[in-house]
Amino acid sequence: MHNFEFVKPATVADAVKALSADGAQALSGGQTLLPTMKARLAQPAVIVSLTGIGEIKGVCAVDGGVSVGAATPHAVVAAEVGKYYPALAKLAGGIGDPAVRNRGTLGGSLANNDPAACYPSAVLASAAVVHTNKRKIAADDYFQGMFSTALEEGEIITSVTFAIPEKAAYVKFDQPASRFALTAVFVAKHAKGVRVAVTGANNNGVFRWTEAEAALSANFAASAVEGLKVSDKDMISDLHGTAAYRANLVKVLTKRAVAAAH
Amino acid sequence: MPKDGIGASTVRREDVRFLTGKGRYTADINLRHQTYAVFCRSDVAHGRINGIDTSAAMAMPGVLAVMTGVDFAAMGGNPAGWHIPSRDGSAMREPKRPVLAHGKVRHVGDAYAIVVAETLEQARDAAAAVDADITELDAIIDMAAAVANPDHRVHDEIDGNLAFDWGWIEDNRAAVDAAFAAAPHVTTLELVNNRLAPNAMETRASIADYDAGTGDYKLYTTSQNPHLSRLLISAFVMGIPENKLTVIAPDVGGGFGSKIYHYGEEAAVLAASKALERPVKWVADRSEAFLSDAHGRDHVTKIQLALDKQGNFLALRTETLANVGAYLSNFSTATPTFLHGTLMAGPYRTPLVYVNVKAVFTNTAPVDAYRGAGRPEATYSIERVVDKAAHELGIDPLEIRRKNFIQPDQYPYTTPVGLVYDTGNYNATLDKMIALGDIAGFEGRAAASKAKGKLRGIGYSTWIEACGIAPSNLVGVLGARVGLYDAATVRVNATGNISVMTGAHSHGQGHETVFPQIVADMLGIPASSVDIVHGDTSKIPFGMGSYGSRSLAVCGTAITKAVDKIIAKGKKIAAHMLEAAEGDIEFKDGKFSVAGTDKAKTFGEIAFSAYVPHNYPLETLEPGLEETAFYDPANFTYPAGAYACEVEVDPDTGKVEIASFTCADDFGNVINPLIVQGQVHGGVAQGIGQALLENVAYDMNGQLLSGSFMDYAMPRADDLPFYTVDHSCNTPCTHNPLGVKGCGEAGAIGSPPAVVNAVVNALQRAGHKNVTHIEMPVTPSRVWAAMNA
Repeated sequence: MHNFEFVKPATVADAVKALSADGAQALSGGQTLLPTMKARLAQPAVIVSLTGIGEIKGVCAVDGGVSVGAATPHAVVAAEVGKYYPALAKLAGGIGDPAVRNRGTLGGSLANNDPAACYPSAVLASAAVVHTNKRKIAADDYFQGMFSTALEEGEIITSVTFAIPEKAAYVKFDQPASRFALTAVFVAKHAKGVRVAVTGANNNGVFRWTEAEAALSANFAASAVEGLKVSDKDMISDLHGTAAYRANLVKVLTKRAVAAAH
Repeated sequence: MPKDGIGASTVRREDVRFLTGKGRYTADINLRHQTYAVFCRSDVAHGRINGIDTSAAMAMPGVLAVMTGVDFAAMGGNPAGWHIPSRDGSAMREPKRPVLAHGKVRHVGDAYAIVVAETLEQARDAAAAVDADITELDAIIDMAAAVANPDHRVHDEIDGNLAFDWGWIEDNRAAVDAAFAAAPHVTTLELVNNRLAPNAMETRASIADYDAGTGDYKLYTTSQNPHLSRLLISAFVMGIPENKLTVIAPDVGGGFGSKIYHYGEEAAVLAASKALERPVKWVADRSEAFLSDAHGRDHVTKIQLALDKQGNFLALRTETLANVGAYLSNFSTATPTFLHGTLMAGPYRTPLVYVNVKAVFTNTAPVDAYRGAGRPEATYSIERVVDKAAHELGIDPLEIRRKNFIQPDQYPYTTPVGLVYDTGNYNATLDKMIALGDIAGFEGRAAASKAKGKLRGIGYSTWIEACGIAPSNLVGVLGARVGLYDAATVRVNATGNISVMTGAHSHGQGHETVFPQIVADMLGIPASSVDIVHGDTSKIPFGMGSYGSRSLAVCGTAITKAVDKIIAKGKKIAAHMLEAAEGDIEFKDGKFSVAGTDKAKTFGEIAFSAYVPHNYPLETLEPGLEETAFYDPANFTYPAGAYACEVEVDPDTGKVEIASFTCADDFGNVINPLIVQGQVHGGVAQGIGQALLENVAYDMNGQLLSGSFMDYAMPRADDLPFYTVDHSCNTPCTHNPLGVKGCGEAGAIGSPPAVVNAVVNALQRAGHKNVTHIEMPVTPSRVWAAMNA
């Protein structure tokens, strides 16, 4: 690891100011950035830790949903969100291992937008709203492709507001080595219709399977997607699974998520 | 008789320090004035080194030395331990393996420079400043292409990229081919034995400490065999006299074969320490381990089995491309040949066998022995083709095995591939497996799986291995450049407690517990008064180390021979003290007594007398009580067993779960059942890892795709079942006094075919009749593809 300056501001305003420095990089739970720095693949000049900012931590009920502070670790989401949104709490409890869950944060995961991360599917399927120091971004506008988001330079996620669906479930098929999602599906049945978000499968990152959404909105049953076919175009093909295999998993896991939704 | 002697399930004494953080591994050692080394490694698989500019790196803060391949060009090469001639009689083609690459880099991770600095961070910074001008060349990755393109060379002097084209036994080839031509049925299978990364928990590490005052070198290093490392460094690579080089392998956190070998990093830190007259420490990170540790397996094989219509085996032949990577590592030429071809009879009476192995250079990390070493590759090929043949002929897979087993009254049994099995009883282990695994109840379990929407399958493997490596005169004829005996010194101290210096090195095997059990049993004293000293060439007499399931059969026997000498000397001392004839002295339960009388001296009294020889036959007997024995085995040992694996396959995702795994093994006599059980558990876990999860993959440019635990899938607890393990069907080895055979590699050898056979069975039972094979690792994606082909 190369040397760097370390600052740990207590407010969002101070963090934004610190991030304006040359070579500044925001650090949340560090589950991606720190290994990258240890491997000397990243060498930020200034690390701005966001974990000392009280105002972007914690879980609270808000009108029609639940708000999770961006710097809230997965373990806290797993422990505290269940009474509002069990499917989201279950997702958080299945990320990585206890060490990862006690350090990694919702905001860090969303800002990184790893194509195999769990959280993006929940945000997209829930039609959640990503709050930043500047604005509110609808989930449908936030994810812009693999490791790419609507965030601008120096913009910090402060919280995410999840609308609570009538029923929801997240079903993950583990990549056997990393235990990230080889493919995972978050199904959420809202009053206005069903949303199906898929992570781990596509070269463009998390996406909505709109055909399944239409079919499930008409009939929320696993059998409703039986006749649909998932194209393997743009699906990830790697050591752990072919594009065709991932396309198959999208359908299998969607059916399982519908069956598990409650 | 001590209660913690032979046969006792004593808890491993070394675990107390390992589990409480008191282990002392190489990385834990820090010497005064120590410096830190980092290696510059190639990021291309194949390239010509035009020049390396070290000036910027040398000018960086704290940098003490930068050395490149040129600085080591005059040193010797790191040799292959076995010379394997080709079928046409030509010599093995053995390119020099230099300490650091010069001229060319030949795999991603090939080290071309060492940087030494005051701190590790300074060394890392400077390593990034070493400016290597390397012209990238096309990488040679695929073995078939490597053999097919004679002008596309890993080593400029070796066309066709072959180290050798070996036939075993060449004289039998025509008879085998004739048998195939006349055979009523031939089963053919093409398969890949996937490349594995050993991934010992402790990465490789070395500290070199040159003493300018005496000219002595000391090397602390992660080795399974410190004397072998010293021999290679002294006699082949650096020319340091053996009496000026001490190699110490302290606690070593797993080896699995990967720490048998001498690696260039060891010579580089020794040279740097001499140049700087300061200790130089290097510890590999996990990324370096993936890139530069010797990998395992990596065979592409076509195997054919000729049978009559009743399922009797008539002949077997194989053609294998064995990847040796960019250089010949120390055991790399023996592993695919004499540890593989000689096992191709398996436990069967197949009268005619012919094996052809071509060893292929590629631009990948060297490949060498990894837990099982050649024998898993042989077992996988045999046990898969036997299963396929049974399926083709409509014969039950257990019955076809039983029909062809070597029978208990046929020992010693000479196989058509050059081994003489001394003893065994394969029907007994098979029957035990059938009982323990409740094979009769399989259909009921399959119905229960079906009710859950899962496809259940069962697969078997009846395996044998040749271990307890090895009779020196035999392996010498076969091309080995070393002997494979072992040695032990038993030092009885004046107060009666004992230190045993062993050539075998313990890095997970439990020697510190097991070896004292043997000594205690023989001398009638508590095991707690016996300690093992190993891993230091300055303390132990000699030894070829631990691999090939040899520690107990070879070094354990050396210990018994040394204890025999102790007892013999004790009898002389007792005869003098008891005023009796030596021939009348009996030794039993820790007492030397005069036969037919109650006159006796305890072992402790004799030991004391040996060191305080006031009443002692000094005219005819030296004082002291210390004996050394070297032991060279008369034959290999032949553990064998029968494994059954049941799997459940998810028909929608192709995911395989191991539902049960049953092992009935014959290891001969067992010294510590608890440790044997643990060894089998670990070996089976590694075998399941190979079968379902692990895979070293390079892309066509030679970049390692599985270079971290994010992509290299190690088996974890939730991937594995609770095992049923039994070793009660034992036929003691006939040629060592303990009657032991070895158990360290068994699980890794026997288990992969059982897993794959079970998956194929599950799919066939579910109606996928055209699925006859799935390559390892049997990933969900591959299983799903097989079901949807």
